[in-house]
Amino acid sequence: MANLNDHMGRPIVAVTGIGVVTSLGVGKADNWAALTSGKSGIHPITRFPVDHLNTRISGTVDFLASSSKGASPLTYELAETAAHEAVAEAGLNSSDFGGPLFLASPPVELDWHERFSLYNSDKKDAGAERLLRVARGLKVTDIFETTQFGSIADRLADRFGTRGLPITLSTACASGATAIQLGVEAIRRGECDRALSIGADGSATAEALIRFSLLSALSTHNDIPEKASKPFSKDRDGFVLAEGSGALVLESLEAALARGATVLGILRGCGEKADDFHRTRSKPDGSPAIAAVRAALADAGLGKDEIDYVNAHGTSTPENDKMEHLSLSTVFGERIGSMPVSSNKSMIGHTLSAAGAVEAAFSLMTMRESVIPPTINYDNPDPAIVLDVVPNKKRNAEVRSVLSNSFGFGGQNTCLVMAREPV
Amino acid sequence: MSSPHDVVITGIGLVSSLGEGPDAHWQKLAQPGLQPVLEAARFAPYTVHPLPEIDWNLQIAKRGDQRQMETWQRLGTYAAGLALDDAGIKGNDDLCATMDMVVAAGGGERDEAVDAAILAASESRNDRDVLLNEKLTTELRPTLFLAQLSNLLAGNISIVHKVTGSSRTFMGEEGAGVAAVETAAARIRSGQSTHILVGGAFQTEHSDMLLGYELAGYLHRGPWKPVWQRQGAEGGGVVSGSGGAFLVLEQREHATSRGRKIYAELGPIVSGRARRRRGELDAEIAALLSQAALPNGKLLALSGASGAHAATTAEKAALDANPAIASRGFSTLTGHMKEAQFPFAVALAALAIDRKAAYPVFDAAAETPFEGVPATVLATAIGYHQFEGMALVNAA
Repeated sequence: MANLNDHMGRPIVAVTGIGVVTSLGVGKADNWAALTSGKSGIHPITRFPVDHLNTRISGTVDFLASSSKGASPLTYELAETAAHEAVAEAGLNSSDFGGPLFLASPPVELDWHERFSLYNSDKKDAGAERLLRVARGLKVTDIFETTQFGSIADRLADRFGTRGLPITLSTACASGATAIQLGVEAIRRGECDRALSIGADGSATAEALIRFSLLSALSTHNDIPEKASKPFSKDRDGFVLAEGSGALVLESLEAALARGATVLGILRGCGEKADDFHRTRSKPDGSPAIAAVRAALADAGLGKDEIDYVNAHGTSTPENDKMEHLSLSTVFGERIGSMPVSSNKSMIGHTLSAAGAVEAAFSLMTMRESVIPPTINYDNPDPAIVLDVVPNKKRNAEVRSVLSNSFGFGGQNTCLVMAREPV
Repeated sequence: MSSPHDVVITGIGLVSSLGEGPDAHWQKLAQPGLQPVLEAARFAPYTVHPLPEIDWNLQIAKRGDQRQMETWQRLGTYAAGLALDDAGIKGNDDLCATMDMVVAAGGGERDEAVDAAILAASESRNDRDVLLNEKLTTELRPTLFLAQLSNLLAGNISIVHKVTGSSRTFMGEEGAGVAAVETAAARIRSGQSTHILVGGAFQTEHSDMLLGYELAGYLHRGPWKPVWQRQGAEGGGVVSGSGGAFLVLEQREHATSRGRKIYAELGPIVSGRARRRRGELDAEIAALLSQAALPNGKLLALSGASGAHAATTAEKAALDANPAIASRGFSTLTGHMKEAQFPFAVALAALAIDRKAAYPVFDAAAETPFEGVPATVLATAIGYHQFEGMALVNAA
């Protein structure tokens, strides 16, 4: 008889379904095959013209029906696709899920194409006055729906029959991890037996790219796109904007076992800590990220020697990778030099609001498959960052536990600890 | 029966067209026949309830921090500071560093001048995507992005007030405010947290914020009317207002051990998602009222009704169907504050409990007087478009 409660007496939270979409493809099979063969999904941008842009590459998802329809429709389709895979794998009714929904998704705005089309449908007045007048004459609410922050989750709730008021959240680049954390917490509090946690981001518009570019956050290594994302390398120069989605069906171990579901992994612990130093930079001593890692370990009831692998945030920005190394080496001490630490973002880029969920999905697969995906483009190691980044080629290894890091603008730090077995 | 893990309210930070702080709001709202503060010209044909004059320095000491924000983030950071001050937490490093935070947020302000210039140029250009790149790369202020990001209201609260236990931002109009309060309370009840800052802000004095309603024709036009009396008038019934509401929620034991004044106890919070296109809203509101387990006897209700025709009609009918309920549609006096609407309703409910008195009617034609001391107050937010929530606030 398995122990159904954790070290703090709370229900153990199992993962019974996983779904994922990235620039590498739809679904776990295609993504895993590409990821373990060190394939990059980063490519030249074709969705919009790149005139005047310093960065002309991305990891956009260009192969879905909504890929050219704007951020809201694409984010919905990404979320729906990943969730469908996860719910089907869990063997649950895909239109009557029966638990709450936690959605990490990008903040929404009126798309520029809609803005242009509304504005140019009339000639009277100018600027906002014209837009407002045209807006109130609209006969359909499609455009309105794309501007409501709760609409994507509302549609997903309809589609999957989730229960109650769906929560849409943003903790910037940690959002996907926060969506999982909220699901874990709801199950632990006994509010539900299962939860659907999704991170989805289809917001790689020209304006989004320009905004990150103006903050000097993006790589400008345009010439060989698949080489641009190079976490922990000396010549890393920014992240690569990308899209994707990850979905997990979370379930109390008790409920999962009772219905005979296959347990794919355990969501063992979550930790967070906010940083008050700066809007985009971390406290120089890394203390908030360190505290988040430690909080996740404590929540999981695992010591620092009990983590086999770190799925790094590893964005490939000069700042993040340096700070992440500092945090990890502070927590894990000398052992960090021999612990595998790899970054999925070297291949899929930074999927922003989805990243924490996508990378949790890959972390769980790493344990199940006993294969660690590599950090590709590791040709020029940063001598200040001594890590075993699983350079360039996958590695076969027994992985019983994973730490997955997510750090974001606005001082967001969220870490997840996952385990292969419930013990 | 009180329990050590009860959720109590120990800090309230409010800003609206009526002023700032719980005292100012109580003094105003307790005046029979109070007239709203309206701005009918700047955004005609729309009327809004504008922000009062605010000295940002009082809560955001560094000019550098103020410059990094637009009005929405300043407003939220300011209201959060008021709540922290009120709870005696501001400046207490230990309490701030262990304090959790859930913020209900939309987005920040875009640069209207840049947008207007791009739109104007689009009239004579067919290569609009190239135009966009051309203008945005050269005319956008780099840090404006941070002033627009939803989670950067929480980020600024961390920076300015040093609240760093955890930071989560919920999005989704009124529902975000409901879920934020509901999640925060659940964390305290389960012993996961001892004190949490929760709330939101809405800055309506920007064309995009009006557009967010008007793309579905939700805004009221023409002469202003109280929130319950806009059916049949021109437009969609919503009159928006700028404002913010933050609460410090605390575990009872934690609050009493540090000797803090308790405004009220936060009772059950219920929420839902009616599929309104299928006509489920009436049944959903009835179900929420039943789940909330209203006490016997006369009940004061602080309604966050937006004025949006369908939702407000449904809420009014449900509240009126119970003769024990005396409702107060506070949007009549503050306007609709979107993500901040539910925290605002809870704050006003707590204030009535604390002052041991009900508010006079805000609209004599549609509301009935409440005599006596309210022991429990209902707070509601039925979304103008989607999502519903309610809470009971009890005497501490």
